[in-house]
Amino acid sequence: MNYRLELRKISKSFGEVQSLRDIDFQVGQNEVVGLLGDNGAGKSTLIKIVTGYHQPDRGEILFNGKRVEHLTVTKARQLGVETVYQERALADQQTLWRNIFMGRELSHRFGFLDLKTMKSETNRLMLESMGFTSAAVNPESIIKTFSGGEKQGVAIVRALHFRADLIILDEPTMGLSLQETRKLLEFVRDIKGAGKSAIFIDHNVFHVHSVADRVVVLDRGTVAGEFQTKDITLDDLMEKMYRVAQTGSLE
Amino acid sequence: MTSSVDQQTKRRTEQEQDFKHSLARFARKNALQLGIISVFLLLWLLFIVGAPRVFLAPEIYAAFMSSIPFFGIMALPLTLVIIAREIDLSFGSIMAVGMTAFVLVFELLADGQEGSALVGGALVALAAALVVGFLVGLINGIIVVKIGIPSLITTIGTQFFWRGVVLVITSGQGFSLINTRGTAFREVLVGRIGGYLPIQMVWMVLIGIAMWILLNRHRFGAHVYLVGDNENSARLMGVNVDRTRMLVFGLIGVAAAFAGVLASMEVNYFWPATLGEGHLMRTLAAVFLGGTSVFGGTGTIVGTFLACFIVGTIEAGTVSIGLTGYFTQLIFGLIIVVSVAMHTLLRKRLG
Repeated sequence: MNYRLELRKISKSFGEVQSLRDIDFQVGQNEVVGLLGDNGAGKSTLIKIVTGYHQPDRGEILFNGKRVEHLTVTKARQLGVETVYQERALADQQTLWRNIFMGRELSHRFGFLDLKTMKSETNRLMLESMGFTSAAVNPESIIKTFSGGEKQGVAIVRALHFRADLIILDEPTMGLSLQETRKLLEFVRDIKGAGKSAIFIDHNVFHVHSVADRVVVLDRGTVAGEFQTKDITLDDLMEKMYRVAQTGSLE
Repeated sequence: MTSSVDQQTKRRTEQEQDFKHSLARFARKNALQLGIISVFLLLWLLFIVGAPRVFLAPEIYAAFMSSIPFFGIMALPLTLVIIAREIDLSFGSIMAVGMTAFVLVFELLADGQEGSALVGGALVALAAALVVGFLVGLINGIIVVKIGIPSLITTIGTQFFWRGVVLVITSGQGFSLINTRGTAFREVLVGRIGGYLPIQMVWMVLIGIAMWILLNRHRFGAHVYLVGDNENSARLMGVNVDRTRMLVFGLIGVAAAFAGVLASMEVNYFWPATLGEGHLMRTLAAVFLGGTSVFGGTGTIVGTFLACFIVGTIEAGTVSIGLTGYFTQLIFGLIIVVSVAMHTLLRKRLG
């Protein structure tokens, strides 16, 4: 069986800084992969290559065993990749429905917007998935007025709505309350339950260990090691993370 | 019996409350537009009280409707440019560039002809002006997007450059359009409906409607808002940020060329050195007064449209209530600074 996503020998530099060096990375079908690493390890760059935002300098990207050339954001989406970005990728002064459909507005012929469907879909998502029941929130609400957790909810629901097969969560628990964090981890388990794949990036080893099938550790642009979470205890994983941070090697 | 009466009154008060509620919501949502309308009405009242003989006669309104479209037609697409968090200061020169293209083609095809014989050539000349305007606007966009120079600096530069090109090509010589008099071409662009209503006003209304649809009911407009609001988010979510930016510059370019043709047809003469001069201030004043944020992401066509009329009446208004013409610049400058300042303060307050 083919991997859902496979990266072969991916390298990427920004000017003088080599951000990623010969990265091999895979996500299986119906697998949740946790991506760990310190700041500057290259996690965000790796993610932005998978979503088509950055183009790699060298290396191959394969979806379901098929090689993809010149991956763009639009192409990645067509291949079923959805992302909840660390920076949430919302437009603060715009309405809820404009944010949900950002970049792929539903339209009739000649690009005229299908406002009716977009608003009613937003309304449905709000009630069913986001848990917004307050009368103050409606599809015309401006995102600026939302709390951090609500904004994260919007970003997640947006990723879910478009029937993704591979969902990428980049530091999704940042700035969330305890309650909201629990809901989020529940949501990652739901992805697994629904037969989809995910890449879960977080600073918090506890979160990653509790939801991921496999953990990949990045360090200074290379893969330092990987473990099946069922084979490693939380304590051991913590221990290894400290060692990587200090010595650059897992052993 | 009594209970049903009670219920009826209860329902009625509920309905009244609903109505009040939705009225309040409407007011909140359209606060900016309502603000502009009140400023407009207040100013109008002031002018009527200050100069009743002028402002109660129909002639002044015909004059307004003939002159406002020349900058209004540019203020409408400029709104999109500013919502996309860019600026264009070169459109005055683009008016003259477009008109130069018009004149070159017109000389070739229709010069010396009279009446309906010149209409075909004039139409080709108009098309040439619009295409050249679009391309010149697009060049601004390409410099801003591909090279990465801020649009403020880019368009200060291209403003001088294109004016220079116009002066070199025309050797500074004007061009008479007097032989278009009485032709259908002229009537359709700057004629008078019923001998009163200037037809350029109809063009401005049509362009206003087109811009409103483009901004509010089309993917392109949706992307204009997103690019101006948060460029990075838009890029991450797959919006073609670069293309959107370049196209808004193209759009103001076409509009400027069209406005240039209208303004020249109105006076039957093309003045290469001065066509478009003085419009910069009025146009910017209209967009900012209309509530478009200088920080990008918000703004409305309706606001700009109304503000064009405020800006357009100020010039005549100040003179007819007894102030000297020297006051107009002062007032325009004040409008730009005050409306932008108000917007900035509101933004801070609302977080």
